[in-house]
Amino acid sequence: MSILERRLIRETSFGLTSKLWRISWTLVLLLCALAGVGYAALYSAGGGSPEPYASRHILRFGFGLVLMLSIALVDIRFIARLSWPAYAGAVTLLVLVLRMGHTGKGAQRWIELAGMQWQPSELMKIALVMALASWFHKASWERMGNPLFLIPPALAVALPVALILKEPNLGTAVITATVGAAVFLAAGVRWWKVGLATAGTGLVMPLAYNHLHDYQRARITTFLNPESDPLGAGYNIIQSKIALGSGGMWGKGYLQGTQAHLNFLPEKQTDFIFTMLAEEFGFVGGLALLGLLALIVLSAMSIALRCRHQYGRLLALGIAMNFFLYVFVNVAMVMGAIPVGGVPLPLVSHGGSAMIMVMASFGLLMSVHVHRDVEFSDGRDEV
Amino acid sequence: MKREAKRTGVFTRRALLLAAGQMGALGLLGTKLYQVQVVEGARYATLAETNRVSTRLIAAPRGRLLDRFGETVAGNRSNWRALLVAEQTADVGGTLDNFSRIVPLADHERARIDREVRRHRRFIPVVVRDFLTWEDMARIEVNAPDLPGILVDVGTTRLYPLGSTLAHVVGYVAPPNEDDVAEDPMLALPGLRIGRAGVEKYHDLALRGRAGAVQFEVNAVGRLIREMDRQEGSQGQDIALTIDAGLQKSVLERLGEESASAVVLDCRNGEVLAMATNPSFDPSVFNSGVSQAQWIEWTSNRRAPLINKAAAGLYAPGSTYKMVVALAGLEAGAISQGERLNCPGYLDLGDTRFHCWNKGGHGMLDLRGALKNSCDVFFYEVARRTGIDRLATMSNRFGLGVRLDIELPGARKGLVPTRGWRLAQGKAWNLGDTVVHGIGQGFLQLTPLSLAVMAARLATGRAVQPHLTRTVGGVLQKGARPEDWPQLGLPERDLRAVREGMWQVVNEPGGTAPVARLTIPGVQMAGKTGSTQVRRVSREQRERGFKSENLPWEFRPHALFVAFAPYDAPRYALSVVVEHGNAGAATAGPVARDIMTNVLTRDPVGRREPPARVAEGATPGPAAAPPGRDGPR
Repeated sequence: MSILERRLIRETSFGLTSKLWRISWTLVLLLCALAGVGYAALYSAGGGSPEPYASRHILRFGFGLVLMLSIALVDIRFIARLSWPAYAGAVTLLVLVLRMGHTGKGAQRWIELAGMQWQPSELMKIALVMALASWFHKASWERMGNPLFLIPPALAVALPVALILKEPNLGTAVITATVGAAVFLAAGVRWWKVGLATAGTGLVMPLAYNHLHDYQRARITTFLNPESDPLGAGYNIIQSKIALGSGGMWGKGYLQGTQAHLNFLPEKQTDFIFTMLAEEFGFVGGLALLGLLALIVLSAMSIALRCRHQYGRLLALGIAMNFFLYVFVNVAMVMGAIPVGGVPLPLVSHGGSAMIMVMASFGLLMSVHVHRDVEFSDGRDEV
Repeated sequence: MKREAKRTGVFTRRALLLAAGQMGALGLLGTKLYQVQVVEGARYATLAETNRVSTRLIAAPRGRLLDRFGETVAGNRSNWRALLVAEQTADVGGTLDNFSRIVPLADHERARIDREVRRHRRFIPVVVRDFLTWEDMARIEVNAPDLPGILVDVGTTRLYPLGSTLAHVVGYVAPPNEDDVAEDPMLALPGLRIGRAGVEKYHDLALRGRAGAVQFEVNAVGRLIREMDRQEGSQGQDIALTIDAGLQKSVLERLGEESASAVVLDCRNGEVLAMATNPSFDPSVFNSGVSQAQWIEWTSNRRAPLINKAAAGLYAPGSTYKMVVALAGLEAGAISQGERLNCPGYLDLGDTRFHCWNKGGHGMLDLRGALKNSCDVFFYEVARRTGIDRLATMSNRFGLGVRLDIELPGARKGLVPTRGWRLAQGKAWNLGDTVVHGIGQGFLQLTPLSLAVMAARLATGRAVQPHLTRTVGGVLQKGARPEDWPQLGLPERDLRAVREGMWQVVNEPGGTAPVARLTIPGVQMAGKTGSTQVRRVSREQRERGFKSENLPWEFRPHALFVAFAPYDAPRYALSVVVEHGNAGAATAGPVARDIMTNVLTRDPVGRREPPARVAEGATPGPAAAPPGRDGPR
C-alpha cells in the first residue's frame, strides 16, 4: 500500500464533517423521492386524506432518515465486530417468534415491540449478510477454493432459512436464501460449485413442493392459472391485473383509480400499492417508479463497487440485493408474474417495522460508503 | 497485494454481473407492465367497468284486470312492511325484542329473521313483518327511538275485490320459482308475484310489464356509492275482461250450494259474460302462501273447489248432445227433415237391448218431436245410421273435443271418440258404442264451456270462439264483432229444424223442460236438458223400480242444460252443469231459466263499456283464421 493511500485512509477515518461530506447525498435524495412517492400513494389509498396512512408514513420516514444517518457515521470496523452477535440475536428472535410470536394470516411471523409488529426475518436478512461478509472478509481467493471453508457460512445460511420456512414464510425464506447466495457468489465461490448448487436446488424443488402448506400451494397453483378460483386465492391477482390494465397508458388520474378506491383491490395500502399507483398514473407512471427503484439499486451496487475492503463490499452488495429482491418480488407479484408472497414495496407500502428495517439497512450501506477507504485489516498479514 | 487484487477483480466482475442481472430483471418487469397495461389494457378496462357498475331492477306495477264495465277484479294494494337493517343497530336481538312488544313475533318468525340477517350483508334490509295494519305501523313509528335499524316501507300486493266470485277465471299470483327468475330477472325482486293460474297466468307477460333499471356505482362489498343512470320501466298493461262482474255474482249466487258450474256467452261473438264454478276459493290466499291445513281442506274436498269445473270439468253431455247427432245425420243423409221413426221404448241390436228413458216408448216421431221429447231410441237409430266418425266431425265443428281459444291455461279439450282413437287403444269399435253416443253417453267427455260454445254456434251458425279478453292496454282485441267469426257452413234449414226442436223442449206442452220457460213477455228461450249416469244402471235395478234420488250423492246422475235466447234473435247462450243433480229438467232447467232471465233483464242502459281503440291492422270483415288472443304487448 502506498504512502499516499495510507495517508488518505488516516485522514478520512476521523472527523464528523468529512464523514458527512462522504455520505452519498444522491442516494439520500433518491430515497427521499421514493418516500415522497409513498406519501402520495398512501394519501390516495386513504381516500384523498393523509389519515390514516400517509402522515404516519412520512413521520416514520423522518425517524428512519435520522436512524440511517446515525448508523452511517458509525465506524464500519465497529459494525463488523457486531456481525456475529447480530446474527446470534436474530436467530434467537426467530426461535422466539416460533415459540410465542403473534399469529397472523396463518403464520407465526410477528413480535410485538415498541408498539409495532416486527418481523425478525427482516432483521435476519441483514444480520445474515453481516455475518457472511464478516466470514468472507478474511478469505483470500485461494481460500475460497477450499470447500471446507465454505461449510460454516453455508450452515449460517441454512439455519435461518429453515427457521423462516417453519414460520412458515416461503417468500422471505427464498429471498433470504437468494441474498445469501448472492454474497457467496460475490465473495468468489468457484463457478462449478455455483452450477452444482443451482442444479441441486432444481432437484430438491419438487420434493419441497410436497412439504408446502396448503395456502402456499394454492398460491402457486393460482399463479399458474389465476382464473381457476376467481373469488378465492386467485381474486387478488385478477383484481390487481384488472386495476393495472384499466389504468392504460396514461392512467386514470391521481385519486381517480376506481378499482382501488372501490375496494376491489385488496390490501392496496400495503402489498398492492404499486398497482394503485399504476392504475392512477398509467404505464408511464409505473415505468417511472420502476426507473426510480432501479436507480436506487444501481446506487447501492455502485457503493459496493467503490468500497475498498471486502467486508464493506459484501455488506453493500447483500443490502443492495435485498432491496432489489423486495422490489422485484413485489412488482412481479402484483402483475401476476410470480406467486403472491406478502412482500411490501419498500418505502412506499404502509408498514412501520419494514420501513425502519429498510432505513437501518441503508444506514449500514451508507456507513460502508462513508468508510469506503478506511484501513480494514482482514486479520492476516497482507505483505 | 496481488492476492487482494485478484479477490477485488473477481468481486467487481461478479458484482457487475449481478447488477446487470438486476437491471435485466427490472427491464423484464417493465415489459410485462407494458403488456398488462397497454397491450391488454382495453380488455381489463371492460372488466373494471363491470366490477364497478351494479344494475338494480325496479319492479313495474302489475297491470290491473277489469271487468267489461271497468270494475276492478284484480288490482294492487299497498303492503306496509317493517324491515330491519342490521348495521343500523348495535343489538339486533334487542331491537327485535322491542319490536315484539309492539307487534308480537312468533318464534318461527324470529328464527327466519335471524337466518336472513346472518345470510345477507349487514346493510341489506330484511323483512321483519309483512301486511302491517295502520295501527301497527303508527305504533312502530311512535316507538322509532326504541327500534334502531327498523324502517317501514311500502310494497304492493295483489288484491281481488271480488274474492272467490271470479277466482277460477282470474286465477291467482304466487311467488316465482327459480326457473321463472332465470327467464326474467325482475322476478327476483322481493315481493314480486307471478301469475300461476287463470288469466293472471295467461296474460302474465302483458300484466307484468318491464322492469326499470338503475345503475349504481358499487364498491367491492356491494355498497352503493352513487346512482349513475336510471331507465324507467313500463308498467304492466291493464286488461279488460269480457266478464260482467255483476252478472257473474248473480250466477254464482243462483248456483247456491250445489257443486255446479255455469257459462254465459254472448253468442254473437263468443265473449264470456260469466263463468261461474261452485264451490270456489279466495285467490288472495296464494299471495302470502297457503297454509297446510287449507291445502288439505281443498284437496280432500269432494267438490274440488280449486278446479275450474266450467273449463276443466269433464262430463258426458247426455241428451244435450242430441242436436249435434241430428245435424250429423241430416248432413250425412241418414235422416231427412220430415222422416218419422218409431220408438217402441227400446232398440235391439244383436242380443243387446238399448232402452229409451220412457219405458213405454214415444211412438212415431220426427226430428223436432224427438228433440222435444228427448227420445233416446230415435237418436240411437240416427247415430247407428250416421256412424261415429261423422258424429265426431260434426262435434268438432261445434267446438266439442277440440282445443278452444279460451285464455285459461287449465282448460281441457275433452274427448270426442273416433274409430281411430279406439283402434289406437288397441280395441275395436263396436256398433253398440256408436249407438250409445247417439244420446251423448259412452266415451264422450265434454266441458260445460264447450257445451255453451255448442249452444252459441247452434244459435248463430257462426264458429265463435269463447274468449275472456276485451281490451289489452285499452286496445280492443279481435273477435269483438260478429263479423270476425266465420260461418259454420251448415244449411240454414237444418239449423232451423234443430232450433225449433229446442224451442219445443221449453215452450211446447209436453216438452221435457217446460219449467225452463221464461216469464218475460215476448222473449222465449230454446234449450235442451241432459241427465247423465255416472254409474251403469243394471237390469235388476231397473226392474226393481230404480230411483236415482235414493242413491248416495256421488252416484247420482249429473244434470245439464244448454240454452240460448231470445229465440228469434239469439243474443246469449248458456250451459249449466249441476254435479249429481239427478235430472236435467228438474235441477238444471230452473237454474238456466233464472240465469237467462237475469241476463236478459239486466239493464244495459247507462252501463257502456269504456271506449277502446281498435287494434292496428284489424280490418273489418270475417277473419280467415280464428283470431288470436294476443294483443300488442
